[in-house]
Amino acid sequence: MHELALAEAVVTAALETARSNGLTRITRIEVRVGELQQIENDAFELAIRELLPPGEPSVAGAVVEVRPDAAVFRCRACGAAFGLSETGGPQGDDASEAIHFIPELAHAFLRCPSCQSPDFEVTAGRGVRLEAIEGD
Amino acid sequence: MIDPRDPRVAVIPRRLAGVERILAVTGGKGGIGKSLVSTTLALALGSAGRRVGLFDLDLTSPTDHVILGLAGEFPTEEFGLEPPAVAGVRFMSVRYFIGDRPAPMRGRELTDALIEILAVTRWQDLDVLVIDMPPGLGDTTLDVAHLLPRAEHLVVASSSALVKETARRMLRLLADLRAPVAGVLANMARDDRHGVGDLAEDHGVPFLGALPWDDGVEEALGNPQRLLEAPFGRAVRGIAARLVGAP
Repeated sequence: MHELALAEAVVTAALETARSNGLTRITRIEVRVGELQQIENDAFELAIRELLPPGEPSVAGAVVEVRPDAAVFRCRACGAAFGLSETGGPQGDDASEAIHFIPELAHAFLRCPSCQSPDFEVTAGRGVRLEAIEGD
Repeated sequence: MIDPRDPRVAVIPRRLAGVERILAVTGGKGGIGKSLVSTTLALALGSAGRRVGLFDLDLTSPTDHVILGLAGEFPTEEFGLEPPAVAGVRFMSVRYFIGDRPAPMRGRELTDALIEILAVTRWQDLDVLVIDMPPGLGDTTLDVAHLLPRAEHLVVASSSALVKETARRMLRLLADLRAPVAGVLANMARDDRHGVGDLAEDHGVPFLGALPWDDGVEEALGNPQRLLEAPFGRAVRGIAARLVGAP
């Protein structure tokens, strides 16, 4: 699964961040997943939990929260702000799969609903972000 | 609370842990044959028994698949994306996903797409990963120097004064970035007066040799064996052997 590679990235970054900040125990990891990434949040949360290794820093009992980020776009041509549903969403399996793997490929498939330009900015909800780590 | 970080960057070194060398084929100017040189170099290394990967980093308009003759291959989804072997080369490109559509992206979007691909692509063990760099001295050149600091840059130039002007800037930029340079080569050489050797000498980097202008190359696109047997392909094989040595 492609999601497992991203989950491994989250775990690697979380452990590195904890170590570089002197944490011996992680109590909470918060991850934001952009709507464009089209990942099932519960499955992603489970994948992160399963990849957390035993050892230092301790992750026993750590809370893993995966929260969705709605995709927000701004057209660079006409200035319109819009969400994914207003574009009609990715049309067909190929478009969904491309955007799922590489969210920036939205530019190959989506258009501004106002002026049909592919020159838009993804201002929110593009991918996976390690939002916070708590511990002591 | 700890400052948030991009989790994808942390996993990139692990994804490339099995890759011995990374060669980034660059040059700055468009139309100087970076795609042809990088793809043929990957094919040459593969035909010499090397385990080789090719990453088409022209994310907005990839073309290496045309040279390779990509048929229906597609990455395998297994704990990430595993690039399929195409003509003996493990090949990664956004072409798999966008087909023949343009993918118009700007600065930060190019960076994000590159990070995403590096974070999820599982190259396995390779002797050499060849990267086909896009034209320009901006986003992707800076990103590769930052994200793949051990990538050795191979600068493609030609007899054209315009190309050499850009190649000089590229070599200065790579020096400023402290990015390794494998050397400079002359492409589309009609004779020995291309002057690219002097360019390499001026910048204290190896001159790797010249690749001849070859009218037959266009007809060999999509046919790797024919490409490797053309005068251009034979010259690339010589440069591949000098760069990497005998397997």
